[in-house]
Amino acid sequence: MKFKFWGVRGSISTPGPNTLKYGGNTTCIEIRTDDNDLIILDAGTGIHALAQSLLKEMPVNAHIFITHTHWDHIQGLPFFIPIFIPNNQITIYGGIDPVTNETINRALSVQLQYSFFPIREAQLNARINYTTVKPGEPVKVGSATITPIVLSHPVLNFGYRIDCDGQSIFFTGDYEPQLNIYDPEDDEYAEFQAFVDAKWNEVVLAMKDVDALIVDSSYTSEEYVSKQGWGHGTYDSGIKLATAANAKKLFFTHHEPTRSDASLDAIYQSLLQKHPGTSCELLLAQEGVDISL
Amino acid sequence: MPNSKNEKLIVLVEKMPAFPRSVQQVVQLTSDINASAKDIVRVIECDPVMTVKVLKAINSSFYGLPQKVTSVQRAVVHIGLNTIKNIALGVAAMGMLNANNKANFNTSNFLLHSLTTASISKMLAERISLPSIECGDCFVAGLLHDFGKVVFAEFMPNEFKLALEKSKEQRLPLHQTELEFIGISHTQAGKMLAEKWGLSEMLIDAIAHHHNLDHNQNALRDCVFVANQISKHKQFGDSGNSLIADFPNPIVARFGQDLPGICEALGDLEAIKTEAQSFINL
Repeated sequence: MKFKFWGVRGSISTPGPNTLKYGGNTTCIEIRTDDNDLIILDAGTGIHALAQSLLKEMPVNAHIFITHTHWDHIQGLPFFIPIFIPNNQITIYGGIDPVTNETINRALSVQLQYSFFPIREAQLNARINYTTVKPGEPVKVGSATITPIVLSHPVLNFGYRIDCDGQSIFFTGDYEPQLNIYDPEDDEYAEFQAFVDAKWNEVVLAMKDVDALIVDSSYTSEEYVSKQGWGHGTYDSGIKLATAANAKKLFFTHHEPTRSDASLDAIYQSLLQKHPGTSCELLLAQEGVDISL
Repeated sequence: MPNSKNEKLIVLVEKMPAFPRSVQQVVQLTSDINASAKDIVRVIECDPVMTVKVLKAINSSFYGLPQKVTSVQRAVVHIGLNTIKNIALGVAAMGMLNANNKANFNTSNFLLHSLTTASISKMLAERISLPSIECGDCFVAGLLHDFGKVVFAEFMPNEFKLALEKSKEQRLPLHQTELEFIGISHTQAGKMLAEKWGLSEMLIDAIAHHHNLDHNQNALRDCVFVANQISKHKQFGDSGNSLIADFPNPIVARFGQDLPGICEALGDLEAIKTEAQSFINL
């Protein structure tokens, strides 16, 4: 199994001289199994460049797993060129929103409206299927098994574990580990903490022993103080997860949009100094680099 | 009641509004970006309608959780505070329960009874040393035990009015007169809805059998039974039925005392009433 980041930025795309090295597109990850099955995690603006690379291998059979429907993770869907070309088969996977009860087809159909986009859903030429996935229920793509788990974010968000060819990848989507909402002196504190701990153990188990763990690390711990409840993790929370799960490689992604290449490099150097004995290899997600496991 | 009528009730309850104070609080707290998570959770877990909406969402087959979730707090950890907030906002958007319903059923009195029963159930669970998670479940079971009544008041007011009147005039248990006029008692309606929403077996049992303790052994339901009688005895609202049931022997055995003895042991419960009222009064 191998993979490549096509989008590493959180919230909004940030093209420009300050993001040339790591990239400025929003989330999109391409995974290829040893049989060359194509799995795509999220459809941020990075999926456009991925689509260009697929034009030479038509017809395409793509399996797109959406972690959640925030704009930066679905915005590229209408620009995924294979949807316009006959004989391509595109399957889009996602959950059911517990508030609206809407399924993942809304992620595309809501964008393909006259007011927002010049082409209607009915005009797409590829065969498009939508599949609702449930937490803990694995789905197969070729020889790969993809298992979703609910991870805390302001909207329903799935982390996906991909097992294939004896290797494994876990991507958190956007994820802020749950904090205790009570103060230590509150009666409810201990009980709530028990729920938090149980969920943490469930999350760690879901990513246990993965070869590559890709985490939302939008913030430094210092920045996080004023960003609690925004739904994103930190570099340190990523390291804590990776250590607990015994991950081999940890990729930090969802780079904060104002973060320049230089500041990412500086953060990376300080992480290496701060965590010299970390059992996993620490890496910053960078667009366009092939990663073989 | 024929099945088609049950089905209709289930559909109607989907649109059921919540209690005025919690609707107002949810709108206010969700408009304040600095509102604390625990304040929002507290409002939701003190409103039976908002609580069932949250439990229904988290226990839906979509999540396929190995164990049923019985508390709002646990739901927060599973699907996140924002989703819970948005579910509550969705309920708030349906308006508020009308205090002047055609059944002449006092919904403030109902909520006071439900909330005090919830708090006392939890206290009792702690007294008999149930695990802390089950003590939390007792609160939820107490809060929801009479849910069927408020559903009747909202959607079958004419029949429920007759049941309330006959119960009061002839000093008959309300669940008996409900059977006569509605064809289903609040315990049966509550059970049907709780099953439909996928709530836990313990909660369903506490709702279904809080007037009928012979059914099986369920410590949670027994706590609700006793708390229900204490709430009425202390006149913390009676939810349309002021009759206090006798304590059967297994209840006396479980709690080690009869009603006066338990009341004595629990001490002054006025604080519980005052706190409950703060969630009711506009």
